[in-house]
Amino acid sequence: MASDTHAQTVAYVRDTMIPEAEPPAMESGAIKWLRENLFSSTLNAVLTVLSILAIYWAVTHTVEWLVFGIWDAGSLSECREIRDMRIAEGIWPEGRNVACWAVLSDRWNQLLFGFYPQDLYWRPVAALVVFFIGVAPILFDSVPRKLFYFTALAPFICYWLLWGGTIWGPIFVALGFVLAWAVIRFGQGIVGPLAATIAAFVVPILYWIFVVGPLAGAVGAVAPIGIEFVESNDFGGFMLAFIIGITGIVMSFPLGILLALGRQSDLFIINKTCVIFIEVIRGVPLIVWLFTASLLLNYFLPPGTNFDLLLRVIIMVTFFASAYMAEVIRGGLAALPRGQYEGADSLGLDYWQSMQLIILPQALKISIPGIVNTFIGLFKDTTLVVFVGLSDPIGFTNLIRATTDWNGIYWELFIFVGALFFVCCFAMSRYSQYLERKLATDRR
Amino acid sequence: MSTLTDPPPSESFRLSQLIYDTRYRSLTIQVVAFMLIMLGLSWLVSNTVQNLQALGKDIDFGFLGQPAGYDIGQRLVPYDSQATHARAAFVGILNTLLVAVLGCALATVLGVTVGVLRLSKNWIVARLMSVYVEGFRNIPTLLWILLVFAIFSEGLPHPSTFRPDAETGQAESTMLFGSIAMTRQGSFIPRLVYADGAILFVIAIVLALIGIWALRRMAHRRQDATGETMPVLIPSVAILLSALIAANLIISAGSRSNELSLVAVGAEDGMSLAEFSGAAGRIDFCRIRGSGGSFSTQNLLDEREISYRAREFFGDRDSARGLARGECVMIAVPASEAAAFAAELTPELRGDAVAVVLSDTVLEGPAVQVEVPEITESGIARFEGGIPLRNPLIALWLALSLYTSAFIAENVRSGILAVSRGQTEAAFALGLRPNRTMSLVILPQALRVIVPPLISQYLNLTKNSSLALAVGYMDVRSTLGGITINQTGRELEGMLLLGGFYLVTSLIISGAMNVYNQSIKLKER
Amino acid sequence: MKRSVIFGALTVAGLTAGAASAATLDDIQARGNLICGVTTGLVGFAAPDANGEWQGFDVGVCRAVAAAVFGDPTAVEFVPTTGQTRFTALASGEVDMLARNTTWTFSRDVDLKFEFVGINYYDGQGFMVPTELGVSSARDLDGATVCIQTGTTTELNLADFFRVNNISYEPVPIETNAEAQQQYLAGACDVYTTDASGLAATRATFENPGDHVILPEIISKEPLGPLVRHGDHDWGDIVRWTLNALISAEELGITSANVEELSAGTNNPEINRMLGSEGELGAMLGLEPDWAKNAIMVGGNYGELFEKNIGENTPIGLARGLNALWTEGGLLYSPPFR
Repeated sequence: MASDTHAQTVAYVRDTMIPEAEPPAMESGAIKWLRENLFSSTLNAVLTVLSILAIYWAVTHTVEWLVFGIWDAGSLSECREIRDMRIAEGIWPEGRNVACWAVLSDRWNQLLFGFYPQDLYWRPVAALVVFFIGVAPILFDSVPRKLFYFTALAPFICYWLLWGGTIWGPIFVALGFVLAWAVIRFGQGIVGPLAATIAAFVVPILYWIFVVGPLAGAVGAVAPIGIEFVESNDFGGFMLAFIIGITGIVMSFPLGILLALGRQSDLFIINKTCVIFIEVIRGVPLIVWLFTASLLLNYFLPPGTNFDLLLRVIIMVTFFASAYMAEVIRGGLAALPRGQYEGADSLGLDYWQSMQLIILPQALKISIPGIVNTFIGLFKDTTLVVFVGLSDPIGFTNLIRATTDWNGIYWELFIFVGALFFVCCFAMSRYSQYLERKLATDRR
Repeated sequence: MSTLTDPPPSESFRLSQLIYDTRYRSLTIQVVAFMLIMLGLSWLVSNTVQNLQALGKDIDFGFLGQPAGYDIGQRLVPYDSQATHARAAFVGILNTLLVAVLGCALATVLGVTVGVLRLSKNWIVARLMSVYVEGFRNIPTLLWILLVFAIFSEGLPHPSTFRPDAETGQAESTMLFGSIAMTRQGSFIPRLVYADGAILFVIAIVLALIGIWALRRMAHRRQDATGETMPVLIPSVAILLSALIAANLIISAGSRSNELSLVAVGAEDGMSLAEFSGAAGRIDFCRIRGSGGSFSTQNLLDEREISYRAREFFGDRDSARGLARGECVMIAVPASEAAAFAAELTPELRGDAVAVVLSDTVLEGPAVQVEVPEITESGIARFEGGIPLRNPLIALWLALSLYTSAFIAENVRSGILAVSRGQTEAAFALGLRPNRTMSLVILPQALRVIVPPLISQYLNLTKNSSLALAVGYMDVRSTLGGITINQTGRELEGMLLLGGFYLVTSLIISGAMNVYNQSIKLKER
Repeated sequence: MKRSVIFGALTVAGLTAGAASAATLDDIQARGNLICGVTTGLVGFAAPDANGEWQGFDVGVCRAVAAAVFGDPTAVEFVPTTGQTRFTALASGEVDMLARNTTWTFSRDVDLKFEFVGINYYDGQGFMVPTELGVSSARDLDGATVCIQTGTTTELNLADFFRVNNISYEPVPIETNAEAQQQYLAGACDVYTTDASGLAATRATFENPGDHVILPEIISKEPLGPLVRHGDHDWGDIVRWTLNALISAEELGITSANVEELSAGTNNPEINRMLGSEGELGAMLGLEPDWAKNAIMVGGNYGELFEKNIGENTPIGLARGLNALWTEGGLLYSPPFR
């Protein structure tokens, strides 16, 4: 019926399509985009205009200074001379103010490596490479699992590369962990799991305290294999920031796991001890802990003991990071469904077995983004060591400004330091966001 | 079922049960752990005692009672270099809390704004906000503090540019709104000064708040009973305003006609102000911070073109001490008490100086007046009057707020995104208007996500305020944990107190967070 | 005496520094180098150059001591210390000596238990102001904003000075000299106050030094000198007499250029005793006979060190003033080498 009616009422039926017309100018291309994204309402239009003004202001006030910066000079006064000369020659307009980037080319090595001997720069670089290879299996799934063995060795290799000295020290320290593993593996059958676990803590500690020193000394005397030793005092610049940040995170990892497990534990005393430790560490600012490391740590150790400052700072930073790490891992533990715990119990696994085989692998995997974020925070906080006299990048800005050549320079150094921190932290935070997204889909 | 009622096996206790029997094992582990922990602690303590002995030091908090010897620029309570170390620590604590509170407030405002704008449909705004967040999050706080400090000290005009030029009478820089001076030595904002009896304002505000609370309760009851809503906002404001106006009228009635006498040290009996000024040259006037009487007196001095210099004190006791030390020589006190005050002061003075009452009097003026900062006319250019906000405070405050706001913005953004669109649509379907949808449906759900991380950001900000030493803001770490430790060599005691302070503050904040978390926890049944 | 804790193995690698024991010299000799605490950077006194070599007047003293002990001026590690960490670093044995613009005061000597071995720079606290401020005396500074360096005696002197003169001021305490200088140059403070030497050194590197004046008032005595821990007198003696040797060398006309020649023997018995060709002074200190010769060879005598690092021909341009020899109207006076 419908078609009949249609046929009777409509005299002409178009039998070809109208050629596609361009959409109206307001609804297409750049104009549409502008209208929808920038000027969709009065408020938006105002915001857009304000933003553009802000960007314009920022650009006009900085670009000239940044771009025309002088790279080739030996001191700040030379920079100023070059600038004045160019202005006098009429190459540059009157009153142009430019950056003096020459300070970076002059002090580049110090900002990156501190006082580390110049001919040994390959060592920190190699240590960084070793570190990246070591963390690769943790960070990327596609890397062969075998690399985990290398991961276990990486800290010792890095230590040896950075500080140098005899190779036997790190080797014999590493053997302590093998010893711990052996005690757990073979001791269980002999003295039972609990005693074996305790022994796995006690034996290596005794070994490290009493055996390693003389042993390494003796072997070192027989077979002196080693590379040039570098004092911690020579460490500085971004290398120092990386060392403190990375060591802090790596060493705090096992401690953080223990603290997280302790905080989840039903055992009253262990639980409360862990809670107190975590809350006390987190409740007090890092800078106070650093001053504690610098001013007080020596009081707490047996008379006559003395660590160098870098080691004391690393110890404190490790404690500090482990409290944050514990909270991150606790989050991971809490996020596991209860069924996982019950499943492990129903298989008849004991506490350590269930943790090791079922709970921790899953919990740690979900904690990785949090751990990366903790690392970013810690890495940024390494700048605070300047207050206890370590020569981190900011410490070096002070040292460099104290020379007659570069006295009075300011923005160039801080911009460089800020930019380098930004690049590192931004890359890491992007990575952690990627991980979060990936985990979200994995778990769906 | 029978197993439950069976009596427990009545075997005798064997020692091996301590390890193998799960009933006792946890106890064993705990006892062992406890002993290890105690051993460790006693090891630390004994080391400390031995080390201290070797250095010939003891643990003694007596240093807190000794004079500190250093000055503190930014202070909220009376303090001078003769005050004790304990007092210096207290000034530092207040400064820490001040910057923490200011910082949290500004960080929240900025964070919420940026978080919301980052979700804006406006492409350029959203991008700018992303740059803001990433920029502040990924660069160390310390650098931001230093940079903001440098920007404020290099970017703003010098105080001397606010002084009118001798020839043209024009100043190079002008104050914002004629009352706010932003200079590279700090910013100065107007201060309200009150006549005596300003406590009445506090009473008025308290009464008004009680009234508002009652009104809201009534409105609530009525809505529950009848379903009708009642406007509360406008009546609340009206109650508050009328209370304040009433208090103002009552105080002004007295203070406008209240006469103040000037007590001067080193004047002769019955001298007038002009004679005293002629004799003393420049008068050092004791100004009491926030006092309307002092403000009116200064106006009088300005009016009569008497050369004077104002030294600021906190309250009556502090200014009496200043008079006794000779830091200032003239003060305004109520006419009825002037003679007694002068008589009491005289024995305190140095040498044989005498305090007398001058013949001139000043009217105290209205209940509230506005003290606008003014540039000094001679000598070193600086601002007097108003509330000074020094650059270290501003730099620390701003840098901490900007840094923390980037994190808060992310919390806010994820909080808003966490509320699904369906909630809005369902609320609309129920017929709720957009603003009620926001306040009754969206916000309560978003806040549940936003508030816990927000409070931990507050905690971080408070702890980060210890970076004050980068810009010389005298917080508790710089006073107690810095100069005091350094001058007395009492690092152990000082660090203990410092750590204790931060710990208590953190525990209070996280305690508040736990209470809040409990109160908003989803009530599952 | 070395003991290792938890990180036993790290001891092997040398991460634990020598302990603060009774015999500092033995520790230093066992370690093979001297550890010297310096500032975190002060123009002319201590700062690393582009090659990472520390340079400066205080550094020169450290190198001289290292040379006296080892015969090698490079056998020294420099540890930058802040105003706040320096005393703990010394007390805990982290550094063997401090050569760091430290004022010799009663409480530091007696209460903090350090031993100042001498004075290598007579200083005093002064004020620097921009000329355009139009101030010619520190007493005109009423209401000024004053930048000070924290962790020093400066803030105490300043508080006393302003209180005694009954003038008000606004203190802005800054952690490092570099930062304080930036604040002062920007005009964020009207006045910068620190040791007069520091002021002169700072002013010298300004773009327009003529725009700033150092006020005539010196409000304190700041005798700066190297210090060691209380108790180890043998070590204290070595540092003390190395410093004295540098001062005496100037008085006796021994320079880095002629020390080699003079050490062969002269007709001045004091030079002979000092340079080791006569008597047993070196052995009495527990050092080689040529200890003083080595110390002087490094950077020359006191006068040479002064001229090279902070003297009038350097950008810093300090006059000798009080730091001239007593024979030339100054205060430098070394006890005899006898």
